[in-house]
Amino acid sequence: MQTNTSKHIHGWLLLMPAAILLIAFTHYPTVATIVNSLFSKGTAIRPSRFVGLANFERMLDDPIFWKVLANNGWFALGTIPTSIALAIVMALFVNRSLPGRSLVRMAYFTPTILPMIAVANIWLFFYTPDIGLVDQIASGLGFSGHNWLGDPRTVLPAIMVMTIWKEAGFFMIFYLAAMQNVPPELEEASKLEGASRWYYFRRVMFPLLMPTTLFVLINAVLNSFKLVDHLFVLTKGGPDNASNLLLYYIFETAFSYFETHFAAALTVVLLLLLAAMALLQFFVLDKRVHYR
Amino acid sequence: MCNRVRKFGLGVLVSVLLMATAAVVSATELTMYYPVAVGGPLTTIVDGIVADFMKENPDVKVKAIYAGNYNDARIKALAALKSGQPAQLSVMFSIDIYELIEQDAIIAFDDVVETDAEKAWLDSFYPSLMENGRTAGKTWGIPFQRSTIVMYYNKDAFRAAGLDPDKPPASWDELVAAGKKLTQSDGSQWGVMIPSTGYPYWMFGALTMQNGQVLMNGDGNTTFYDHPDVVGALQFWKELGDKHGIMPKGTIEWGTLRQNFLEGKTAIMWHSTGNLTAVKKNAKFDFGVAMLPASKRRGTPTGGGNFYIFKKTTPEERKAAMRLIKFMTSPQRSAEWSMKTGYMGVSPAAYETQQLKAYVKEFPYAAVARDQLEYATAELSTYQTGRVRKLLDDAIQAALTGSKTPEAALTEAQAQADRLLKPYR
Repeated sequence: MQTNTSKHIHGWLLLMPAAILLIAFTHYPTVATIVNSLFSKGTAIRPSRFVGLANFERMLDDPIFWKVLANNGWFALGTIPTSIALAIVMALFVNRSLPGRSLVRMAYFTPTILPMIAVANIWLFFYTPDIGLVDQIASGLGFSGHNWLGDPRTVLPAIMVMTIWKEAGFFMIFYLAAMQNVPPELEEASKLEGASRWYYFRRVMFPLLMPTTLFVLINAVLNSFKLVDHLFVLTKGGPDNASNLLLYYIFETAFSYFETHFAAALTVVLLLLLAAMALLQFFVLDKRVHYR
Repeated sequence: MCNRVRKFGLGVLVSVLLMATAAVVSATELTMYYPVAVGGPLTTIVDGIVADFMKENPDVKVKAIYAGNYNDARIKALAALKSGQPAQLSVMFSIDIYELIEQDAIIAFDDVVETDAEKAWLDSFYPSLMENGRTAGKTWGIPFQRSTIVMYYNKDAFRAAGLDPDKPPASWDELVAAGKKLTQSDGSQWGVMIPSTGYPYWMFGALTMQNGQVLMNGDGNTTFYDHPDVVGALQFWKELGDKHGIMPKGTIEWGTLRQNFLEGKTAIMWHSTGNLTAVKKNAKFDFGVAMLPASKRRGTPTGGGNFYIFKKTTPEERKAAMRLIKFMTSPQRSAEWSMKTGYMGVSPAAYETQQLKAYVKEFPYAAVARDQLEYATAELSTYQTGRVRKLLDDAIQAALTGSKTPEAALTEAQAQADRLLKPYR
């Protein structure tokens, strides 16, 4: 009996460091955010009070909220499939023996190492009208300059291109690792059977990569909502919110407008969105993934 | 277990108390946050001035903490206030005044000054620099790192276009006329660029002032976004790109504009005086600096940071803070600060010092911002300032990119601003 109790204590003590960190920095803030989202903005003159779901009702009437949500949807759609496809192509390319292979691998991975703020500062000058790299190349080909970040129609695609460039190399590493775990006998066998390279990729390689694809997909979806560092440098969400994303709007609301309670309500929406997507991926896609 | 925790807590408490009493005995301790919004080694300059102050005032210990940009500085100062470890004074954005008053965070200087000499000191600064620091009949902010918008122009480009390099455009019509001569049809050189990202409302404040209308009232509870002269100003800004074709269409990036100017892609740019030193160092051509042109009158908003004293302070700390602020804004120090950074001297007396007089004689463009002060107005600042400002930013960008007409965009922004500001009237 005595040993049983001490075993329990021992177990809980082992659990404690992780539990304390998780509770202090994950669970408590989450609960606090949800509670905060039910109160009104407080100032010294008008203290904060319980308002129920008023913050969420206001969100429904807030055109900017809908705008940033739509932007975020396009941003996710525009970046995730392309960067995953690109990552697979790059991984296939550097998985073969070719001269200077490690150099190419490193080159592909470089964008991932760079901090997002530094990347954004570089791309800010790429996109600068007339004097930027993009326009200089375009003018060499006979096109006239374009104000990439100053035009509401091109600003979001411009940011997507940069994000894909930044993310694809990171995902490539996972695919490369997965591909090196695929036994070479499979390829030899399919060659003997007369399968084409494309058929081998489609029916053998790609299904074997599915666990990696699921992992990468989850990461990519989270990143498309989590990564907004570049907006601080590139556009600040402009022009006229054309490139504003949900998390950046939350930051603006909390620290520029000091409406921490409305920001908390927005955060709750973001949390729900991410949770819903993670669950969807785990329970729906997971069934279709083949684990060895 | 429990006992150990209690002992540990007690230990922490005792050491905190010991530190606190030690501080009270030795000297008045001040914590000050300050922001840096432009490039350059500004932190070392501030640290240097603070060190000089402590040498002259051994009974005051100042901890000057660099706190990032204006936004960061405000967030950090307010967070420190809430956590119970407040700063006693800080340099923060001059337009934060209403937010700080509403949070009940700062105290008016009128309640701190005692002698007549100190009261006179409040009036020793340029009046237009005080506009953003005064409301409800009291003074809440003392100007420190302040700037205005000026017009930088490429004299070589002026000569090449057959324009007199010593006569920069002084009116909107002259600006358009000169811009047309300066613009190359192949897009290799534009006539003028006015940045419309980052701080669109600031540039717009200059245009509306020139058109004879300010953007808000002195109590910070009414905006005039849909006033015909304000609409006219936005119409003019838009037409520079649309109708006259002397400025690129769409928005123009604040961050890369200086590079555009230095590479000769635009012959004229409107920018903060804070860029003066950088342009002086890097321009490979003959450049000039001039006041902004006039429509009905000349005009520019001021910008930059003010000193504030926080409310949660003891009388001793307030006195010490006053001494520090007086030291840092004294004519001598202000002159030194202006020469090293490009910010303006904050009082007429600063420009009367020997050093600054000599500097202006050698580099006359250093005085353009001062001469323009006569026409200057306050920077946009109201209650709910973040949101009210963003409404205007969005309206400007919507008009410049052509998604709304200036009139529709500004009318919409005004309606929303009215809703936000109604409770404060």
